[in-house]
Amino acid sequence: MDLAYTPEEEDFRARLRQWLGEVLPKLPPAPDPSDWPGRRAYDLGWQRMLHDAGYADVHWDASPTTRLIYLEETERAGAPYVGANFVGLLHAGPTIAAEGTPEQRARWLPPILRGEEVWCQGFSEPGAGSDLAALRTRARREGDDYVVSGSKIWTSHAEVADWCELLVRTDPSAPRHRGITWLAMSMDAPGVTVRPLRTLAGSTEFAEVFLDEVRVPVGHRVGAENDGWRVTMVTLSFERGTAFVGEVVACRRVLRELASEARKNGRWDDPVLRRRLGRLNAEFRALRRLTQWNVSEASVSGVPGVGGSVFKLRYSHARQELYDAAADVLGPDALDLDRAWVLDRLSSLSYTIAAGTSQIQRNIVAERILGLPKGR
Amino acid sequence: MRFQLTEDQRALKAGMRELLERRFGAAELRAATVDEPRLDRALWRELGEAGFFALCVPEADGGVGLGLPEAVLAFEEAGRALLPGPLIATHLAAGTVPGAAGGETIVTAVDAGLVEWLAQADVILGDTAGAVPLRSMDPLTPLHRVVDKGEANPLAVLLTAAEQLGTATRACELAVQHARTREQFGQPIGAFQAVKHLCADMLVRAETARVAVYAAAVTSAPADIAAARLLADEAAVRGARDCLQVHGGMGFTWECEVHLHLKRAWVRAQRGGGNTESEELLAADLVA
Repeated sequence: MDLAYTPEEEDFRARLRQWLGEVLPKLPPAPDPSDWPGRRAYDLGWQRMLHDAGYADVHWDASPTTRLIYLEETERAGAPYVGANFVGLLHAGPTIAAEGTPEQRARWLPPILRGEEVWCQGFSEPGAGSDLAALRTRARREGDDYVVSGSKIWTSHAEVADWCELLVRTDPSAPRHRGITWLAMSMDAPGVTVRPLRTLAGSTEFAEVFLDEVRVPVGHRVGAENDGWRVTMVTLSFERGTAFVGEVVACRRVLRELASEARKNGRWDDPVLRRRLGRLNAEFRALRRLTQWNVSEASVSGVPGVGGSVFKLRYSHARQELYDAAADVLGPDALDLDRAWVLDRLSSLSYTIAAGTSQIQRNIVAERILGLPKGR
Repeated sequence: MRFQLTEDQRALKAGMRELLERRFGAAELRAATVDEPRLDRALWRELGEAGFFALCVPEADGGVGLGLPEAVLAFEEAGRALLPGPLIATHLAAGTVPGAAGGETIVTAVDAGLVEWLAQADVILGDTAGAVPLRSMDPLTPLHRVVDKGEANPLAVLLTAAEQLGTATRACELAVQHARTREQFGQPIGAFQAVKHLCADMLVRAETARVAVYAAAVTSAPADIAAARLLADEAAVRGARDCLQVHGGMGFTWECEVHLHLKRAWVRAQRGGGNTESEELLAADLVA
């Protein structure tokens, strides 16, 4: 057991830290969260800077430990989050890299890395959220095209996306998990309508996407026809891998800020609240260790593994507890949307739902790690 | 960075588990659970020969010369097996109290106003003036109350956390075993989400405690040790309770070993001043 980094890893950290120190002060101010075109431009701009400095593909090619260092250092330095590039860099990109043809890789990967194109995710449907395999959006083959009709929901960044990683049902008579195909769909194609959804936090983080006889070239199919479920599992294993490392670093910073705020406003003298913050310190220390453990395991096995489910379960709840504690530190100010942490408290409610609800994650842990029987 | 067990560490852990399964399995645990429990001195010496007590004593002084991570792995296994006795006091006394390293001398110590196994120990560290026996809730940990509060030793706190981790792991295993085999309403109860989710939460708590305990063993930092103790206490106590729940009515009886795990977890949670001290240490760390 070792928590020390190798000289190469430390060298990478030092170079990255120095670069961040040089470029971050020159970065324009972040746009308002409701300004989607502004956010698109800002996030793509940051990706271009990463690309020019040689850090663009750290999510794909680097070792898990290097990636951990990247996420820790960018968060510590207050660098922009992956933002609108999330699906491209962490979902679609790795999936195309693993499953795409050479032509597909050449067409779609460089624009993601250079910060030229934004992707969104068309997996969930109104009737198929956690039960992803229940999706009903259909595609029928017509010559060199698939003709797609149906609707998607919870599609993050749909308002500003160029491409959509789309799951469609190509064989309605096959068993649920077969008969699904993974397509790359242009968001400019005729028949695509985007209707933003306002979240309880007030933002339009995601949207509904309606598809009416949309034509997608057969050449935009990644993987074989009806093999989309397997391709999707490849995608999801990337999502649950180390996607939250930077956020744990951020939570630890927020916790320190909470303690400092509580000292200022006198609430630190309440032993119950103070000890609660102490316990959260234990929690986020352990979550950081859990990422280091999972990353070390992935370095050996090459795949993110089910440790991601253990982490996501614990982290999503801890994050909500953190912002509930923030509300107690703020007192009446916790109702003021202009105060720090209040929006984050609202947003934290999505963590136990998105990317597989806590209930689904518990089933995964119980069935795949503990070997308990499947039930209804 | 490679935050995983090394081959040697895996072997050490497996060896300790094998020794304890052979010498202190379910039958021995049952036999030891009597009204007047006694320590098995032959087993104690066997542990000494296996290096359990001298694990961290330098080789130059006749010890095994390993570090805290290895000690933590050994104590995790002891916790998992519910091995009784003042194991931590004896381990920490190896190298200073003659005979402790080899397991010939049983050492106990005052800890937060309590002494475990006072009547059976050969050497007692701390002031035991006015020691009064109490009717211990844990049938395998006789306790005396003393005036002296003693000083919390961070190493003792960490090794206790390792024992709690062992209990958390064992409780999860026992619950899963039961949930897979016990049938109700025509299927194994583990197929019901309500039961399944109890088990999943047990594993998540145990794995979170595991990384906290292992990391604290690597860094020895006070805040890491405090975090390890909080998470390991939670994982052990709640794990044993949930394990009892999964066992249903049987879990509430003396027939089932689950109560022993819960009672021991409660005893260990009192060591080193309880959770309050660790929470305060971690709160102070936030504003340091």
